[in-house]
Amino acid sequence: MRLFGRVWILGDDINTDLLAPGQYMRLPSAELAAHCLEAIRPDFAHNVQNGDMILAERGFGIGSSREQAAEALVALGIRAVIAKSFGGIFQRNAFNLGLMCLACPTLETSQLKEGEQAELDTQSGILHVAAQRFHCEVLPDFLVCMIANGGLIPHLMQGKVKDITR
Amino acid sequence: MPSIVDKILARAAGKPQVSVGAYITCQVDLAMVHDSSGPRRLGPKLAELKRGLFDPDKLVIITDHFVPAKDDASKVIQKITSDFAKQHKIRYFYPEAGICHVVLPQKGLVRPGMFIVGGDSHSTTAGAFGCYSFGIGATDMAGVAATGEIWLKVPQTRAVELRGKLQERVYAKDIILALCGEHGMDMAEYQALEYLGAGVQSISMQERMTLCNMSAELGAQAGIIAPDAVTLEWLSQFAPECTPAIDISALASDEASHSGPSYQIDLDALKPQVAAPHSPANSAPLTEHEKQMFNVAYIGACTGAKLDDLRAAAQILSGRKIAGSMQLLVAPASKRDQEAATEEGILEIFEDAGARFLPAACGMCAGYGADRLGADDICISSTARNFKGRMGDPGSQVWLASPATVAASAITGYLSDPRLFI
Repeated sequence: MRLFGRVWILGDDINTDLLAPGQYMRLPSAELAAHCLEAIRPDFAHNVQNGDMILAERGFGIGSSREQAAEALVALGIRAVIAKSFGGIFQRNAFNLGLMCLACPTLETSQLKEGEQAELDTQSGILHVAAQRFHCEVLPDFLVCMIANGGLIPHLMQGKVKDITR
Repeated sequence: MPSIVDKILARAAGKPQVSVGAYITCQVDLAMVHDSSGPRRLGPKLAELKRGLFDPDKLVIITDHFVPAKDDASKVIQKITSDFAKQHKIRYFYPEAGICHVVLPQKGLVRPGMFIVGGDSHSTTAGAFGCYSFGIGATDMAGVAATGEIWLKVPQTRAVELRGKLQERVYAKDIILALCGEHGMDMAEYQALEYLGAGVQSISMQERMTLCNMSAELGAQAGIIAPDAVTLEWLSQFAPECTPAIDISALASDEASHSGPSYQIDLDALKPQVAAPHSPANSAPLTEHEKQMFNVAYIGACTGAKLDDLRAAAQILSGRKIAGSMQLLVAPASKRDQEAATEEGILEIFEDAGARFLPAACGMCAGYGADRLGADDICISSTARNFKGRMGDPGSQVWLASPATVAASAITGYLSDPRLFI
């Protein structure tokens, strides 16, 4: 997969309570998404555009297993999240919803400007942002295939029912 | 040589052995969901898949997040949950019995060696019983519900050695907070943590549950403790029919089966800990934050209001009153623990001290319910996470500590050392 988009720069420990605040968890996902990150970046949900990417520091998506954290980003049009490290459950949830999430331990967001254009090649793991170049993790084929299919549900509907790792 | 984790995963994957880093598909022995992650999310996904449940006897449903239902939306969620349980003939449906991670073993459903997934990040709790148990999101759970299978990357089994013995008024919560403070919330990098050493043998089943529960805060996929005499004693009480069949020695990690970094903590020297807002990683001995003032004390959650937690807090509160400036809120972790605490006279101690009781459910810890912190509240809490805004207004501040430290601080109105309340 090759993805192009405008970047948002976020810091450390963007946890699932920030992405999907508990008090809105009873709402349908589209309404909940309007509150995504409002405690730290109230401008985010209003200004995010379809195709944007997020670049973040350590621990993106740590905390609760609530899938709405990843679902809110998908609903807002985010195409990929690149972070130094992820909460493990969040990263699985993102894959399951067709959202590309790649760890990039050498990512240095302090040198980057929000709003710059990025290009991500998932096969090589190379991320270009303005003049900078970073190496991200490369996922196994079955996961790239599942993400490209739009996530686990469409993947299972295509008949990949037994042992999807094969 | 295989670790306890490798042994469980190999069996679940139907393979003679597994290697760290390999992707495998496992058969799930038990899946658990609650009212937030469960039927309201699973139902539409199963409908999209045009699939039923692979085995209704392997899906446990426990309601704890939106109970008691405070508004129409919460009532709708409860209705969807009970309708789903009825429609799919769910055998193990426990509405409003307490917090799922505490109810599951108390219903006798957890056995050493099981491969368990749960629709909640603190599903790592069942690792205390020698299970491989981890939290997943709703789509993963829909896959499990439909196929009975889930993929995973075989984790390293990292050793966390607890040396020595916990001192008076120091608890499992202090161990985890100390590890969070020293190594951060990505310590485990989504690998598995096995707690071992003399320190493990000396702590109770519910204290072990706290360790495995908050392995989530250390970034582990799972935390696990090899079953021993303490585990068998628990099982003889809560799952008496299964004990003779369990060969616990076969499950234990073999020599040299751990990989990745290892961690040690000296329990003899461990002091009560506190985590400053807004992360468990901001943990330090409480002596570093002298006289921090609070107006709310909260004893609740799967990691902070089990029977053993309530007992520890009651030891401090017995014969004392909370400060006039304080509110003390107590939400027992399960109905069963609440009943046991009533019988032991513990709830009376709380009441006499001036506590207010909340229902046995996730309550303020999840921040989903009617009770929430306001913008000016500064709370000392026995819960697992103090992220900004989790328990209420983003302006509120939450400090994490053991139930005993929370109780001691409720008496004085400021951060207080439970070792001084003898």
